[in-house]
Amino acid sequence: MMAGIEHDSADGVEIELISGQRMHDKTSMEKIRMILDDVRSGNIVILEEGLTPDEESKLIEVTMTEINPDDFSGIEIESFPQQTATGGGFLSRLIGSEPSNAKLTVIGPANQIHSLQKDDTLIRALISGK
Amino acid sequence: MGLLGSLRNSISQVANTLFASDAEPKRIGIYGPPNAGKTTLANRIARDWTGDAIGPESRIPHETRRARRKENVEIERNGQTVTIDIVDTPGVTTKVDYTEFLEHDIEKDEAVRRSREATEGVAEAMHWLREDVDGVIYVLDSVEDPFTQVNTMLIGIIESRDLPVLIFANKIDLDEAQINRIENAFPQHETVPLSALEGDNMDEVYDKIAAYFG
Ligand SMILES: Nc1nc2c(ncn2[C@@H]2O[C@H](COP(=O)(O)OP(=O)(O)OP(=O)(O)O)[C@@H](O)[C@H]2O)c(=O)[nH]1
Ligand SMILES: [Mg+2]
Repeated sequence: MMAGIEHDSADGVEIELISGQRMHDKTSMEKIRMILDDVRSGNIVILEEGLTPDEESKLIEVTMTEINPDDFSGIEIESFPQQTATGGGFLSRLIGSEPSNAKLTVIGPANQIHSLQKDDTLIRALISGK
Repeated sequence: MGLLGSLRNSISQVANTLFASDAEPKRIGIYGPPNAGKTTLANRIARDWTGDAIGPESRIPHETRRARRKENVEIERNGQTVTIDIVDTPGVTTKVDYTEFLEHDIEKDEAVRRSREATEGVAEAMHWLREDVDGVIYVLDSVEDPFTQVNTMLIGIIESRDLPVLIFANKIDLDEAQINRIENAFPQHETVPLSALEGDNMDEVYDKIAAYFG
């Protein structure tokens, strides 16, 4: 949740697009905590740069420990394969920066996401009302 | 068995532990989505080489809810013996909804209990993957679409840990099985087709296990 802003998410689904920069100085557990807090309050999180494999494994592990009947049944997650993003687009070549690990990742609450479909260039989320 | 025979036996056992197993057996984790046939495979391997099974198989997903280990499975290939520990793990998923058990005629209390065990088991399996396995057999149901996020993430995690991995395309006895689709999904890894239930292609399975994890 963004600092200092109160949300009224009684109805409607909130979508948060989180920049890579916002994630950079966080530890793995801080990232996972932030994602799960968001998702557990019914939001959909879009990560510009995704997670490392190690973080993904911890995300699954922590998600499992937090699942409980009638409250939280887990997450849906989709991301684009690493290759599509690591090609080092025009900008990164221009600036000469390291190719990033960016892999756009969408994470949401399993009980609200009806389906999360993906093809090579598109992720489509079907969200059901509460 | 006479005195001499049993003496010879115990000497050879001592010799075995002294010389043959100077290295710890590699611990091979059997991973994959729920219902892929991991336990059926683990049981077949255990039965073929040790005589007994690892755990119950079932068409109800999340049948395995605790990682189970079978130690010192000795697989013989071309006069060589490869010793491994096999770990059968609960099917990995990012969600568990207890109501899905209700569809299998399971009462609510039992369904809630099973889903709690399943989530603990998956958490444990992820932990094993990060800390305690030396190689992975990734089992997929050849009838199902392999292009899922869980499969992609798991293979990514395995690759990032530099673990040797074999992909097993299971259930090839079924008409709808599509081995090609699995090969295409993970072209960077070797895919071995099999039927753990019928025992089809087990020779190649053991050849590959010996080659990759020996
Ligand atoms: N036709 C066919 N069915 C199989 C094969 N292997 C397993 N099955 C069936 O698939 C179902 C699931 O098998 P399990 O071995 O319990 O699957 P699992 O991967 O251990 O499942 P979880 O422990 O729930 O993650 C059972 O009904 C098995 O009989 C196979 O090679 N062919
Ligand atoms: Mg099982």
